[in-house]
Amino acid sequence: MSSSSLTTLIAGRRRAGLLAVIGLALACLFLTIVAIGQGAISIPPGRVAEILMARLTGDTSLLEGRDVLVVLNIRLPRVLLGLLVGAGLAVSGALMQGLFRNPLADPGLVGVSSGAGLAAAATIVLGDRFLAGTMMKLPFAALPFGAFCGGLITTLALYLISTRGGRTSVATMLLAGVALGAMAGALTGQLSFISDDRQLRDLTFWSLGSLGGASWTKLSVVAPIILPLLLLMPLLARGLNGLMLGEAEAYHLGIPVQRIKALAILLVALAVGASVASAGMVGFVGIVVPHLIRLSVGPDHRLLLPLSALGGAMLLVGADIVARLVVVPAELPIGIVTATIGAPFFLWLLLRRASLIDV
Amino acid sequence: MSGSRLITAHRGFRQPNRRELTAALGLSALGLGGLALSPALPGAALAQTPDRIVIAGGVITEVIYALGLQDRIVGIDSTSQFPPEALKQKANVGYVRALSAEGVLSLKPTMIMLIDGAGPPDAVSLLIESGVKIARIADGLSPDGVTAKIAAIGAAIGAGAPAERLAAQTKAGFDELATLRSGIAKKKRILFLLSLQNGRALVGGRNSSADGIIALAGGINVADAIEGYKPMTDEAIAAAAPDMVLMMRNSSAHNVTPDELFAMPAFSQVPAAGNKRLVHMDGLYLLGFGPRTPMAARDLMAAIYPEAAIPPLKTAAAP
Repeated sequence: MSSSSLTTLIAGRRRAGLLAVIGLALACLFLTIVAIGQGAISIPPGRVAEILMARLTGDTSLLEGRDVLVVLNIRLPRVLLGLLVGAGLAVSGALMQGLFRNPLADPGLVGVSSGAGLAAAATIVLGDRFLAGTMMKLPFAALPFGAFCGGLITTLALYLISTRGGRTSVATMLLAGVALGAMAGALTGQLSFISDDRQLRDLTFWSLGSLGGASWTKLSVVAPIILPLLLLMPLLARGLNGLMLGEAEAYHLGIPVQRIKALAILLVALAVGASVASAGMVGFVGIVVPHLIRLSVGPDHRLLLPLSALGGAMLLVGADIVARLVVVPAELPIGIVTATIGAPFFLWLLLRRASLIDV
Repeated sequence: MSGSRLITAHRGFRQPNRRELTAALGLSALGLGGLALSPALPGAALAQTPDRIVIAGGVITEVIYALGLQDRIVGIDSTSQFPPEALKQKANVGYVRALSAEGVLSLKPTMIMLIDGAGPPDAVSLLIESGVKIARIADGLSPDGVTAKIAAIGAAIGAGAPAERLAAQTKAGFDELATLRSGIAKKKRILFLLSLQNGRALVGGRNSSADGIIALAGGINVADAIEGYKPMTDEAIAAAAPDMVLMMRNSSAHNVTPDELFAMPAFSQVPAAGNKRLVHMDGLYLLGFGPRTPMAARDLMAAIYPEAAIPPLKTAAAP
């Protein structure tokens, strides 16, 4: 292949990638508008736009009635939380897959989800026992805060286990992640055994995930944790591209491998911890979205990461529209929707890959 | 991120938001006030607007239907299975612990009645923020708890007097039951079997609704060493030696038969196996803890002590 045709190929790829970013961003914007407009309470699009404009311009004369409460305090924070959590989970997935050089890695692997799950179970089951009251009386922050800390502590433990002499072994991390996950699972099982009927149902619904509890308060806590991941991801893209060659090779290319690893793990732990804490366990976003993007634009992390963010945001907001519209006025847990969409898709992906590898 | 930064972040954001909301609610209150005063729409018309109640908690639905006020209900949760027509007539807002704030508000309720433990807390706090009147009803498994529950539901929907009557009749039922109970010379030992999946027995232990109804019916719960609904080992079941096994009647008519149950090693040697004493009762009737509970307890008592010829209750609960 001559060097000029290679340049054309690279330029073509880059143009296609740019188009994909713009296209996906527009699609995401469109979906966001649809999501804000749709819900159990039907509000004409004109009225929604009016409320949003009035809120932006500070024109309080139009800000009255239940429509306003629904749009501004229920739907808008919910859609924004969906965008953040979806983007955060998908980018975390892409980062993990890049870091472990394993297409099947997902954020759950670094122990965030299992640790957060254990902490949430502890808050639900033991919180009742020791704080002497129902969940209702608990401060609203106990469960998300507990889950967040649980995820972070588990990840920190994992990092310490797999780091020797300033070098983090991803292989050790993978295996230790499985072990810690199993341990957290066992402890969660013990907690669910001693829980009563009511706590058990709380646990079940929490583990299925939901954006239902979104509020500005929650958003104001989650956004400062997930946004840094989204803003810092361009810094990681080049390093992850280098890592694809292998750790030693990347190191010789002048990539600060250890720093990249530590930063990626920290950001993933924060973002996934915040997601799990605010929306419960939402599966499959982190594993499916980066795959889909990689299939369509290739493995360059400079494109993969931002496109994953957009794709994840779209998947979650889209799934949430389904979750809150199919059984109106009730609501499906969003984890059910993402897994229903995600699992068959993942299977298809595996079969496709298998045929590619086998041939 | 440290805890203190989390808290500051939360405070920094919350304040302006709440102020705006207060302003918005204040304005809407002013608007409503203006409407009520305007001559075109007299205030009386507003007052006559019928209630639109959304209920989360099956026992609340049961009581409101018993009071004949079901026309005021617009939505119920999925645990509202008695009377059976309720779920056919009213919108279903989902499971009592997984409510959707917007879904509930989409029914344009004027009042939301929540049983203890309705949730999730986030959804409930959004409902509180919406300004709709919220009535919280305490749950209880004792006779006093049941009558207090009925009275509280009645008071919340402004039907205090008929609800007091219903509560008084329910109490009379409980009193009559207590008399019947005192006539029992030797209490029998009962095992409540919630399910028998894969041969594994899930039983009703201490502080479960099953435990409550067994006590009311004058039986001894043999599983009271266990807390709540838990699996029980085969040896423990054999050692507990129940005189009777109680199960819920399955709607799909796929009930465990006495032959199946007492063929199992754990159950083959217990006293109940002697005359194959397995009783099925309607789950909601048995464990609902509403106005029908004295009757349910009396029916259970009659099933436990067939030789004692337990009479039907004289006081049937109806307002």
